Amino acid sequence: MQTFSSNFLNWDIVQNYLPDLLAGMWVTIKLSAIILSCGLIVGTGLALVRMARLKLLNAIIIVFVDVFRALPPLMLLVVAYFGMPYLGLRLTGFPIACIVLAGVLAAFTEELLWAGLSTVSVGQYEAARSTGLTFFQMMGYVVLPQAFRLIQAPLASRIIATTKNTALASVVAVPELLSQANTAQGYSGNATPLTAAALGYLIILLPMVVVARRLERAGATR
Amino acid sequence: MSADTAGQKSAFQERVQHRAPIILEVRGLHKLFGALSVLRGVDLVVREGEMVFLIGPSGSGKSTLLRCCNRLEEPTSGAVLIEGRDILGPKVDINQVRQRIGMVFQSFNLYPHMTARQNVTLALCKVARKSKVEADVIARRMLDHVGLSERIDYYPSALSGGQQQRVAIARTLALEPRIVLFDEPTSALDPELVNGVLGVMRMLRNEGMTMVVVSHEMRFAREAADRIVFMADGEILERGTPSEIFGAPRHPRLCDFLSSLGTV
Repeated sequence: MQTFSSNFLNWDIVQNYLPDLLAGMWVTIKLSAIILSCGLIVGTGLALVRMARLKLLNAIIIVFVDVFRALPPLMLLVVAYFGMPYLGLRLTGFPIACIVLAGVLAAFTEELLWAGLSTVSVGQYEAARSTGLTFFQMMGYVVLPQAFRLIQAPLASRIIATTKNTALASVVAVPELLSQANTAQGYSGNATPLTAAALGYLIILLPMVVVARRLERAGATR
Repeated sequence: MSADTAGQKSAFQERVQHRAPIILEVRGLHKLFGALSVLRGVDLVVREGEMVFLIGPSGSGKSTLLRCCNRLEEPTSGAVLIEGRDILGPKVDINQVRQRIGMVFQSFNLYPHMTARQNVTLALCKVARKSKVEADVIARRMLDHVGLSERIDYYPSALSGGQQQRVAIARTLALEPRIVLFDEPTSALDPELVNGVLGVMRMLRNEGMTMVVVSHEMRFAREAADRIVFMADGEILERGTPSEIFGAPRHPRLCDFLSSLGTV
C-alpha cells in the first residue's frame, strides 16, 4: 500500500511536474476545440453539399466518409505524420493531428447528419420554400435544427470519443496531456503524473458526459 | 346565409363584368414524371378575388397543377404567369415570387421546433425583411385573425390539427400574398375540426382574397366557390359555376365522379 501511494499518488511528484501537466492540458483543450469545431463544420458542409445530389461529388464524399470511418484514427495519424514529408509536405504533429482527427469527426458527422436530414419530412422543405426562404435560410432555420435534434445523442457520444482521441496525438510528438504525463513519468520513474493526467481528462470529459446523458434522456422522452 | 351567399355571387359577377385583373394565368401546362404524363396542356385563368376549386379523382393532376404554380414542381412545358409576369423564366427570382404566392398544405407542415408565433415571423423577418418588432405585430394580428391569439406561444405539438392548419394559414397570409393555393387543406383533419378551417377560408373569401383550392369538400365548394374546374387524367374536362358543375354536369367523367361521391 505504501509503495502504491508513493508510486501513483505522490504529491511531491505532482508539484514538480504540475507546470508541464497544465501546459499539456492546455494543449489538449486547444486541440479538442480546433478538432471539434472544424470537424463539425466540415461534416455539416459535406452533408449540405451531398444534398445537391451531384453524382461525382457525392461519390467522392461517400468514399471519404467510408474510408475515414473504417480506418483506425491512430493509423491515419501515423501514416499522415510519417508519409506527408515524402509528398513534400512538412507539418508538425499539431496541425496533422488537427487535420486527421477533424477529418474523422467530419466523416462521422456527415454520415449522422445525412441520416438526420433524410428523416426531416419533405413537407418541411416545401413549406420553407413556399414562403420564399432561400436554400441556406431553409437549411439554417428549418431543416438543420430539426436534423441536429434527431441526431444529438449519437453526435454527443461521437464528440466525446473525438475528445478522448486527442490522446493519440502523443504518438506524433504533440505535447498534450498524455504525452506530458508520459515524459514526466519517464524522468521521475514514478507513475503519479499518469494519475494526474487521468484526473485532467476527467475534468475535461466528465461535464461532456453529463451533458450527453441529458441529451440522450431528452431524446428518449421525445 | 343563402341571401348572403347570393350577395357574394353577384359581387363576383360584378368583378367579372368589370374584368378584375388576372392574378394567375396558366397556359398550355405540361408535366411529365419520367414517362408518365401528369398534366397535358392545362389552361387556367384566375382573376382577383376569385375562389376557384379544382376537383377530380385522385391522380388527376390537381395537386401537381397547384404545385407548378409556385414551382414546387417544375413544369415540363407551358407558362405560368403571376400578375402578367412569367415565373418560369431563367431570370426570375423565384423566392421573391413565392412571397406573393401563398401555399397551404394538406399536412400543415408547421415547423415543429418553433412556436406558432415563430412559425409566422420566420419568413417575415428573413424574406420580407421586416424588423423583429414589426414581424411580431403582424404575427399577433394574423394569429388573432384565424382565432388563435391565445395559442401564440404554443408549439405545434400542443395544437390540434385544425389549429395547426390555421397557424399555417396565418403563416401564409402574413406575407400578404396576392393569391393563396390550398392543397387539400382539410383532408388530414378529423371531421369535427374541418369546420374551423373552412370558416377561415370563408372569411378570406369575403375579404376578397384570391384562392385556388384543391379539395374534396364538395359541399363547401358548392357553397363558397366562384368557379369549379374539373380535372381528370391531367386535363381540364369541364369548368363552370357551382350550379353548372353540380346542377348540370355535361362531361361523362364528371357525371361519374359526382355520382361516385354521392353528391348528385
